[in-house]
Amino acid sequence: MHALTQAVILGVLTGGVYALMASGQTLIFGIMKVVNLAQGALVILGAYLTYTLFTHLGVDPFLSILITTPILFLVGVGVQWALLRPLHSDDVAQLSLLVTFAVALGIEGILSFGYGATLTNVQPSYANFSWTILGYQVSLVRFVAFVLSLVMLGLLYLILQRTKFGRSVRATVQNPMSAQLLGVNAQRVSAIGFGLGTATAAAGGAVFGMLNSFNPGSHYDLISRLLTIVVLGGLGSIGGSIVAAVGMGVASSVVSALVSPIWSDFSFFIVLLLVLLVRPRGLFGARTRGAL
Amino acid sequence: MRGSISRVGPLRVGIFFLLLIVIPLVGAPGWILNTLIFTIMYAALASSWNLIGGYAGYPSLGHVAFFGIGAYAIGIVFSKDVFGGYVPFFALPLIGIAVGLLSLPIGWVSMRTRADVFAIVTITLLFITQTLAFNLKGVTGGAQGASVAPPPFAVDHYDWPFYFAMLILLAIAMGISFYFQRSKIGLSLATIRADEDKAHGVGVRVTAVKLIAFGVSAGLVAMAGGVWAYYVGFIYPQFAVDPLITIGMVLMAFLGGRATLWGPVLGAFILVPAQEYFAQAFGASQLYLFAYAAVFLLIILFLPRGILPSISERLRQRRPVIATEEAFAGEESTSGPAMEVTVER
Repeated sequence: MHALTQAVILGVLTGGVYALMASGQTLIFGIMKVVNLAQGALVILGAYLTYTLFTHLGVDPFLSILITTPILFLVGVGVQWALLRPLHSDDVAQLSLLVTFAVALGIEGILSFGYGATLTNVQPSYANFSWTILGYQVSLVRFVAFVLSLVMLGLLYLILQRTKFGRSVRATVQNPMSAQLLGVNAQRVSAIGFGLGTATAAAGGAVFGMLNSFNPGSHYDLISRLLTIVVLGGLGSIGGSIVAAVGMGVASSVVSALVSPIWSDFSFFIVLLLVLLVRPRGLFGARTRGAL
Repeated sequence: MRGSISRVGPLRVGIFFLLLIVIPLVGAPGWILNTLIFTIMYAALASSWNLIGGYAGYPSLGHVAFFGIGAYAIGIVFSKDVFGGYVPFFALPLIGIAVGLLSLPIGWVSMRTRADVFAIVTITLLFITQTLAFNLKGVTGGAQGASVAPPPFAVDHYDWPFYFAMLILLAIAMGISFYFQRSKIGLSLATIRADEDKAHGVGVRVTAVKLIAFGVSAGLVAMAGGVWAYYVGFIYPQFAVDPLITIGMVLMAFLGGRATLWGPVLGAFILVPAQEYFAQAFGASQLYLFAYAAVFLLIILFLPRGILPSISERLRQRRPVIATEEAFAGEESTSGPAMEVTVER
């Protein structure tokens, strides 16, 4: 029982971080109907930026998020502007999959060239510190990361609900044509929305880098998990992706604790297939327009 | 016009395969054969992918899972002895049929979703297979890999059996592709690609046709995986179930032109040598990944519909007189609200 509760705590904390990365991805899908296969690579890019800032300049990994977030925002805007905007054909859905995959490969190539393929991680002095509460271990990094993710998700929520930009984003998600007729600049919304989505990879990357060893090829593991989460939550639904992320975090950490760590990712995929058998549009997909 | 097409078609196929058959017989050096084996393999893979990804419009990104399963099937059965060398080739049809059947439930679940979600679900399939290959150590050997017993072929003709096996697979894949274009199945697939709901509405047996395309496609890919495993001799999870193989087939089909007979083949004959060149030019450094990604992006940005459809569109514009005949030859060119059934000849 103790092990199970411990696993659930760990799962919720991990799930929070995945929720942040996945919400960026699902936001991008909601606005542009683009499945961003580069999200995993961008997280790894964020992790390497944090690593560089930490080892060479001594910037605290959590503080470095303030620097890396704008960088990844600009990367996202650049990718949208240069590579996705020109796609003007009937099958943007398929072509954008390939474009974002190519971006992922390109990032992997550059990172391998710059850093080599050896596994590395970001190890601040407090990396292994943890509290013991009622006999349960809560690691500091995981806890702060969880809180940070909640804060970022809250910020994202405020941007979407309380700003003029957020209104135009929501209008575009609901009905792109009407939104444009009412004067929403679709290109601007897409570019900034894509940027916001990729910016979540900065915080995600910093945390990922502290919790895991990574190399440039790690983005495959990451993207498979993120995709599972966004599909499970119903593509385009931020709430759905948060629920799915926490659910997946718990499922995989319970499997990891009770069965074996090597099967934890596997449980992710099996849950996805089972859910798709019953609900082909994901858990919350039916409520969001244009998920399929 | 139609008459000349049907006469040019077989001639083109004949010359193409005759050339490929002659190349090893006239004593081409080993490195050419080696490159050609991989080129033909990718041509066969891309043609097989095209059956489901092109004709049916379901862009599977998980086909390498079947490739890996085929590879491991050969690796596991023939790990100790290859029985004179040719038995594994005769086992291939069995593997193809078995994997084709195995793929049906997978296809049934995943094709309940459409385009982009389908792509994601099939990516998941890729990672499931890779995880299994790593974790089922008793069967696959895990990260240590599995190996096929070395075949007792004579040194100077060592590559020949693999070369011709791949060539036969390519011929089968192209034959089925050709059949798809001419048959009711092909028409059904074209309607599914254009608008699945309407196709269902007018009585096309959507699920059955999709499953046939998926199963045939998966079976062919598995057979290519089997030959590959036998040729390279060693099977590691990260190479047998490599996302780059999936992306390779998809990209080649895109480059040449989806839902065309020659598109995937053309794509493979351009990209595989290019890939080899990049790997040579940039050596061990991973910069070749970057170069590959760049080529990849250029293709999608400037030739989003592929070489062959772009060319046939140019021709159509230049010769308006026969536009009505060739209107059928283009692919998804019109974007009207009505259901457009386009069939590539």
